[in-house]
Amino acid sequence: MEYSLFILVAPFFLFLVLGLLGMKMKPKVAGIIGTIGMGLCAICAYTVAYQYFFQTGKVGEVWQQIIPLNFEWLRFTENLHIDLGILLDPISVMMLVVITTVSLMVHIYSLGYMHGETGFQRYYALLSLFSFSMLGLVVATNIFQMYIFWELVGVSSYSLIGFYYTKPSAVSASKKAFIVTRFADLGFLIGILILSYYTKTFDFGTLTANHAELVTTSLAGGTFMGLSLATWALTLIFMGGAGKSAMFPLHIWLPDAMEGPTPVSALIHAATMVVAGVFLVARLFPVYFFAAPDVLELIAYVGTFTALFAAVIAITQTDIKRVLAFSTISQIAYMMVALGVSDYGGHDGLGYMASMFHLFTHAFFKALLFLGAGSVIHAVHSNEMSQMGNLRKYMPITNITFAIACLAIAGIPPFSGFFSKDEILAAAFHNHPLIFWTLWAVAGLTAFYMWRLYYCIFWNTPKGDLAAEHSADSNSLQGVGGHHHTPHESPWTMAAPLIILAVFSVFSGLIPFADFISSDNRPFHAHIDWVVASLSIGVGVIGIAIATVLYLKKSDKPAEIAQSLGVFYKAALHKFYLDEVWMWVTQTVIFKYICMPIAWFDRHIIDAAMNGLAWTTQKSADSVKGLQSGQVQFYAWVFVAGSILIAVLVLFT
Amino acid sequence: MNILSLFVVVPVLMIVFLFLSKGMKQIRTIMVTGASALLVLAATLVVLFLKERAVSPDAEMLFVSSITWFKPLNIAYSVGVDGISVVMLVLSSIIVFTGIFSSWNMDMAKEYFLWYCLLSLGVFGFFISIDLFTMFMFYEIALIPMYLLIGLWGTGRKEYSAMKLTLMLMGGSAFLLVGIVGIYYTSGQASMNLLEIANNLHIPYEHQRWIFPATFLGFGVLGALFPFHTWSPDGHASAPTAVSMLHAGVLMKLGGYGCFRVAIYLMPEAAHELGWIFLILTGISVVYGAFSAVVQTDLKYINAYSSVSHCGLVLFAILMLNQTAMTGAVMQMLSHGLMTALFFALIGLIYGRTHTRDIREMGGLMKIMPFASVCYVIAGLASLGLPGLSGFVAEMTIFVGSFQNTDTFHRVLTIVACCSIVITAVYILRTVGKILYGPVQDEHHLHLTDAAWYEKVSAVGLILAIAAMGMLPFGVSDIISKSIVPIVEKLAGI
Amino acid sequence: MIKVEYYLIISTLMFFIGIFGFITRKNMIAILISLELVLNAVEINFAAFNRYLYPHQLEGMFFTLFGIAITAAESAVALAIIINAYRSIGNININNMNKMKN
Repeated sequence: MEYSLFILVAPFFLFLVLGLLGMKMKPKVAGIIGTIGMGLCAICAYTVAYQYFFQTGKVGEVWQQIIPLNFEWLRFTENLHIDLGILLDPISVMMLVVITTVSLMVHIYSLGYMHGETGFQRYYALLSLFSFSMLGLVVATNIFQMYIFWELVGVSSYSLIGFYYTKPSAVSASKKAFIVTRFADLGFLIGILILSYYTKTFDFGTLTANHAELVTTSLAGGTFMGLSLATWALTLIFMGGAGKSAMFPLHIWLPDAMEGPTPVSALIHAATMVVAGVFLVARLFPVYFFAAPDVLELIAYVGTFTALFAAVIAITQTDIKRVLAFSTISQIAYMMVALGVSDYGGHDGLGYMASMFHLFTHAFFKALLFLGAGSVIHAVHSNEMSQMGNLRKYMPITNITFAIACLAIAGIPPFSGFFSKDEILAAAFHNHPLIFWTLWAVAGLTAFYMWRLYYCIFWNTPKGDLAAEHSADSNSLQGVGGHHHTPHESPWTMAAPLIILAVFSVFSGLIPFADFISSDNRPFHAHIDWVVASLSIGVGVIGIAIATVLYLKKSDKPAEIAQSLGVFYKAALHKFYLDEVWMWVTQTVIFKYICMPIAWFDRHIIDAAMNGLAWTTQKSADSVKGLQSGQVQFYAWVFVAGSILIAVLVLFT
Repeated sequence: MNILSLFVVVPVLMIVFLFLSKGMKQIRTIMVTGASALLVLAATLVVLFLKERAVSPDAEMLFVSSITWFKPLNIAYSVGVDGISVVMLVLSSIIVFTGIFSSWNMDMAKEYFLWYCLLSLGVFGFFISIDLFTMFMFYEIALIPMYLLIGLWGTGRKEYSAMKLTLMLMGGSAFLLVGIVGIYYTSGQASMNLLEIANNLHIPYEHQRWIFPATFLGFGVLGALFPFHTWSPDGHASAPTAVSMLHAGVLMKLGGYGCFRVAIYLMPEAAHELGWIFLILTGISVVYGAFSAVVQTDLKYINAYSSVSHCGLVLFAILMLNQTAMTGAVMQMLSHGLMTALFFALIGLIYGRTHTRDIREMGGLMKIMPFASVCYVIAGLASLGLPGLSGFVAEMTIFVGSFQNTDTFHRVLTIVACCSIVITAVYILRTVGKILYGPVQDEHHLHLTDAAWYEKVSAVGLILAIAAMGMLPFGVSDIISKSIVPIVEKLAGI
Repeated sequence: MIKVEYYLIISTLMFFIGIFGFITRKNMIAILISLELVLNAVEINFAAFNRYLYPHQLEGMFFTLFGIAITAAESAVALAIIINAYRSIGNININNMNKMKN
């Protein structure tokens, strides 16, 4: 399956072509080249997936790890070397499909959404770079290759968030995203260093083989500050994953990242890059499970807390992209929890399967939600909920597809989200009641805030009269013929991806996922646990119902409820003040209390010491300089006096 | 003639022709021809070196030749190269070449380029020589022109900076001379030849104990070792563009190379016993330089402190005393040389147009000069260690290599040094965000032009080198690491 | 015959008067004159000792003659310098002769 290399080469080649020659092309040409390239890439990925899942992947009853390509890129020591290669196994092939599909949809969608933007070519070049990095990340054969592409996705995300680089908020958001994830990557790097030092390998296959025997034996017995080395290494690696996947408290960059163009948010900050952390933990799952089960427990609790935390914030947000951002955080946390509560092998590994399943379905419906939101923003030219309302009449396609996505994320059967979420809840149910009931509550909250969002966009009337609102802001709409400005449905380049993704969102849940993906690579049969399912459907329906009551029509109730919650509401609205903490840490602690004193120290102590040395030399030179006055008479005087002195000494001693 | 001597002959010829030249056009022709010749020479050397090494894989140095110079003291003009010197020669020729394009429109061009050639002469001579005295002589030849180049063609407090830089480096070379004389007299045979001392002679440990710090410190000053790094910010800030490029790109490498070739290679026992003191200093350099860079407002100061941090990493890795880390150190020299030269070239370009280097007075340059800005972003990304560019491979080799040490001290220090990658990201992104992105700060900047063709040559050349090294590191790493083997064997043999 | 001591007394006086003048005077002409005194004191000694120690030989006398010639040349050069110095700085005070140093 060497041709799978094409999946990586094509986007990279596109990046070079569009990046170097893009400015010489017409924007449209560049966009179409990018889209066609991505399309070919997607076709190739589908072929690989087909061939893997239905022809060559399964030998006996076990899914194989196929490495069609692997070469040594950089050698460190005899054992340690970075290889670049392609590893095909169920999860990486699944990710290939997800990434290429969503990326292709975003490419098509952007043709319409980004139409007329300056830097259109740059945008497509960066999209290609991102696709390349993300695809490279998922097919990584070793942990260092993953780290390489991990950094690359970070940079492409940075450049895309800061796409509107003249906007200060976009610039600071991109900076924040990069630095926060970079900080997390530091943990990842140190984790890799520790792990590779003991195991003498970076290779995933070797690390996970035989129930991660290598890791458990080579790291056995070592402790550092009371925790085992394996715990340290894997916690640090998880830290990297938590940074990219926006787990509390490293999630602060994701809501700000919404400053980027909306299709970018759909691709990077909803469907693909942010699940890299989940993918990382899944990739190393046997290592986590056998070498450091305590870290898995930590992951479960961090995930649970993040899910709840983000869901609570999502309820209060009014910027539609921020709602979606917090919803993404919450859903990724779901996946993390599923991994955290999973056991290994067969039906016990349900959580692992559920996590990947949810990753798969979530990618589609969340991308759909973002693209739908983009379509709305494109029509209304605002992110604020208060500017929207009653749009269903003007944007029927967006309305329906958005509703489908909301049903999917709320976990209503037979939409895809129901199946994956149900498996996660079932896995949690068998693990710990606290986790289960929290997730259950989060499911309700999710249904509630998503439908709140939906109603506020498409039903509820905006604050103030819609028409007045819009005509007041002449930029907001492109009216036809100069009369009555109305929001209008997006062009087909934007509508088509919505429809395709909606189809995926409806049907992707019906795939028998356990047949393809499982913790030990052996297919098993997962069935729907109807107790759990009915509980989750119930809470979903309740959530939707409450949202319907409160937000279907314009009413004062939401405000009253917010009033009654007082401080708590305010805290949630301000995202529990974590951004302020971040500002305080970076601006005050690091900048003012660490860097400033160091720079001061450098100038006023170290450098002053050097200057002091020079000054002392000069001063001492000055003080003896008087002797060398240049006055010959003085010299003569000294000479004569000296001769007389000597003569006297000679004569009288 | 030995191919290595050509590296010295070509600059000499350039100097001679410059004397005879008239007019800007002739000067430029001479410089570009000469530098291209050096570039071709370096490329040829790589090919020949690889061929020759395939023939005699055990030889430590290749193309060795020696002409006695002063018999009574056993001083000879001895040359020879191993993988490390070859890479350094390639680096130097790239930087010398691109530096010319960055100083295309200089006042008093003839004198300027005369000193420039003399400086290159010293640098090339240093890297090829394996005789301690010759090495020291070339080292001094490289240092002196710096004073004039900064003092005459610099900006700002140029006399002060030039004086400070020269004095501090001369202070370092005083230590160095003491060290060299010490080696000469204590090794037993009164030899100046590096190979002979390393392989046949032995410096007793009680002498190594004082010679090692002297030589390490002597070269360390040039390698911006904390706390002797303060010449770097002032010196770089005042120096003209190409001189900054050459200085940070090549001259600071002389420090690392010298520590490696003289201090560690000749005195392995002392390196083992006393290395930890310098290791702490370099560890401080790495983090301290990065933190200092965060609050600077002058572009050149930011870059100078970043150099302190990155060059600190070079010395840090050398002192880790294992093959991987040392390979990483040489790669870091190469990588830092290239990207810092690129940085200075671009800063010179920006400064030449905006007439300010204060990042608070700039903004939105991406819109005004897209080419230069994109190059700046690439340089920044290389500096913060983006995979695919040179910084990543070098840093990762260092970190992985350093972490292979078995004791906790070294590994904890490695983790501390790792933290610099985050701080680097902070100051790079801060600078990029301030000057390139955001709204335009100064209306006058709107009329500025983008890079001229000669500036583009300089930037593109360096970017190509950075990307080539970042994407195809195996070749570089291979050339270097094989030459580290004898050194590591010596270290292991004690 | 006059005793040699008398010659020596007068030449010693001349010598130290010359030294004193050389050290204390600021005027360059005066310094030159003092210098002449010193030299002439030496020449007196040459002549006197020649006369008393080796009356039949003339080396001391010749030395004296050479000395006088060189003194004359020296005075000429010195005066030329002094005149030039006066032209350039307007006086001949020795303390002002420090352009080269500063």
